[in-house]
Amino acid sequence: MIFSLLVYAAPHSHQGAESAYRFAVACLAQGHSIHRVFFYGDGIHGASALAAPPQDEPNLPARWQALAQAHELDLVVCIAAAVRRGLLDANEARRYEKPGHNLHQGFELSGLGQLAEAAIVSDRMITFGA
Amino acid sequence: MSTSKRFLVISRRPPYGSSHARDALDTALTTAVFEQPVSMLFLDDGVYQLLQAQQPAGIQQKNLGATLSALPMYDIDQLYVCDSALRSRGLSLDDCLLPVQLLDGNAIAQLIRNHDVVLSF
Repeated sequence: MIFSLLVYAAPHSHQGAESAYRFAVACLAQGHSIHRVFFYGDGIHGASALAAPPQDEPNLPARWQALAQAHELDLVVCIAAAVRRGLLDANEARRYEKPGHNLHQGFELSGLGQLAEAAIVSDRMITFGA
Repeated sequence: MSTSKRFLVISRRPPYGSSHARDALDTALTTAVFEQPVSMLFLDDGVYQLLQAQQPAGIQQKNLGATLSALPMYDIDQLYVCDSALRSRGLSLDDCLLPVQLLDGNAIAQLIRNHDVVLSF
């Protein structure tokens, strides 16, 4: 079965962010495929390269990137949600003349259309809300 | 991407105080632009989004009601509201800024079954 995930929960504030990752791992372990993981609302913070949780707590952005690398996952962050919260890639940092960029490797910024497209082509769209 | 799916966007948070309501609305509008049939269901505190004469300028927020009023222009005219959520807050259809259909619990279950994709905010 083809799954897509909508991650709306902020990491560390809500379990939903962690649950989404665990669900993705379980999906792949059972032989399902994941078309896209879409980060929206406060969920976009799960794609920050600057998150520095204590050593004994999971670093979600790094874990997502590793999973994406192993399974060629498409990790898409809503660009409108991201830039207003200060999560930028190099292009957006230039566009808005900001001093730095902090989108974690393995993620890309794109529009809400990517959420609609994912829902259309996937068998299941699962929301991890807050 | 020629396939068409029936989308249901469930909005259950108040219009202001968090980004949920705005994000639900943006999702519905974007999905409609992709030419998918979209319905919206207002549950719980989400019914407050439907109130007429919202004045969020005092908290420097954009008027969500104004965007909601534009839904029919995007062919999003299948709008539903939970009957008990409305009544338990002392509201009625007369307070709503858009024509919406009242549903009880059983009808809501049926509505969800009748859609291919359910996105809940």
